[in-house]
Amino acid sequence: MAEKLIIKAFGMVAEEIGQSEIWLDSVSDTQELLAILKERYPGLEGMKFSLAVDKELVSENQKIDGAREVALLPPFSGG
Amino acid sequence: MDRFERQVILRELGPEGQTKLQNASVLLIGLGGLGCPILNYLAAAGVGKIGLVDGDLVSISNLNRQTLYGENHVGELKTDVASRIISKKYSDIKLEVYPFFLTPKNAFEVISQYDLVIDGTDNFPTRYLVNDVCFLLHKPLVFGAIFRHEGQVSVFDLGENSCNYRDLFPDPPSSLEVPNCSETGVLGVLPGLIGTLMATETIKVITGYAEALRNRVLFFDSKTYQQYFLDLKPNAVARNLIPKTQKELEQLDYEFLCSGIQIASWEEGLKSPKVQWLDVRESHEMPKLNLENLIEIPISEFYDLNQVQFNSDQVFVYCQSGIRSQKAAVKLKEKFPQKEFISIRGGVNAYPKN
Repeated sequence: MAEKLIIKAFGMVAEEIGQSEIWLDSVSDTQELLAILKERYPGLEGMKFSLAVDKELVSENQKIDGAREVALLPPFSGG
Repeated sequence: MDRFERQVILRELGPEGQTKLQNASVLLIGLGGLGCPILNYLAAAGVGKIGLVDGDLVSISNLNRQTLYGENHVGELKTDVASRIISKKYSDIKLEVYPFFLTPKNAFEVISQYDLVIDGTDNFPTRYLVNDVCFLLHKPLVFGAIFRHEGQVSVFDLGENSCNYRDLFPDPPSSLEVPNCSETGVLGVLPGLIGTLMATETIKVITGYAEALRNRVLFFDSKTYQQYFLDLKPNAVARNLIPKTQKELEQLDYEFLCSGIQIASWEEGLKSPKVQWLDVRESHEMPKLNLENLIEIPISEFYDLNQVQFNSDQVFVYCQSGIRSQKAAVKLKEKFPQKEFISIRGGVNAYPKN
């Protein structure tokens, strides 16, 4: 039984989700994760953010079996 | 005893570090919430030459966070006020002012005169422009950005195999998608904290005082003080998006890149059902096209778009060569954020012949 996965959200993504951390049951890959999140939080659709699995950026679909943490990282423009 | 005594006695800095600071030349882009603390601390630390870039004037709503300025400065150029204040405080700094905004046409000339660049700007077009120029010129770039109560800090282009902003966020997001401080609100202390971290990184890079945030990004939350460190790796796909040469970069429209406007070919537009066509050429420009559901609004009449109505959610915009239609689409998107505007590549010159 895989352990739970923590999703850390930042900036506008955290605002859309309503909190900066949520826990999910095991998810097989990043594509599945995004699908789950976008279904729960439709405002994420069309939002630009990078995705890091255990602190490493991923650019294509990647397995997250066994990973502990996924971060959803949007760009900030303010200064 | 001199004004640097308290830092020179730091073992990691020493007189050598102080000499490095005095010999350094740093370009600070943006004199807003981040720029104010950065300038204060770098000037206090004894950085020998500082260039100040900002085309903006001080406004009353800046004063909660831009602590160099006061009520008596409202309406003055930020570069003027900042350079006056700093040169009055310290006689040993050489300040250069650039009272304008960076563009693809002027960025190389300004940036190439400095050893290190600091991005304290407040918009994506300039952030991507500064990133791309620093990448091409191999200039170390201290990066920082804020959103509500959070901040990001990193150092780019520091030696071989060093990452840059595109490795973190390859494509510019739409400016409409990510609001800035003026739209979302910010406590003045947040840019104070993040700007101070950026000044710290700058001193690290110049003196080697400690290891800078190279190939790492710090995400900082001022509400909880939580920190998240991300490791960066060079991303070949993202790097392909950076123009290859100065000449190529100078042709780019960064405002457009960050507008979220798509570009499509005539073929793509013509096969889409239920679209609206918009010709933004002036009335004398020929040939006219015979398209279904076409309206004409010359760019010269864009000052008043209040009467305009579109009968489709998807509007394909064209001009003679595909340049003006990009600018038109950006303006229209600001006015009608719910509609999708697509600029036709090549304009009427590229219209299929048969």
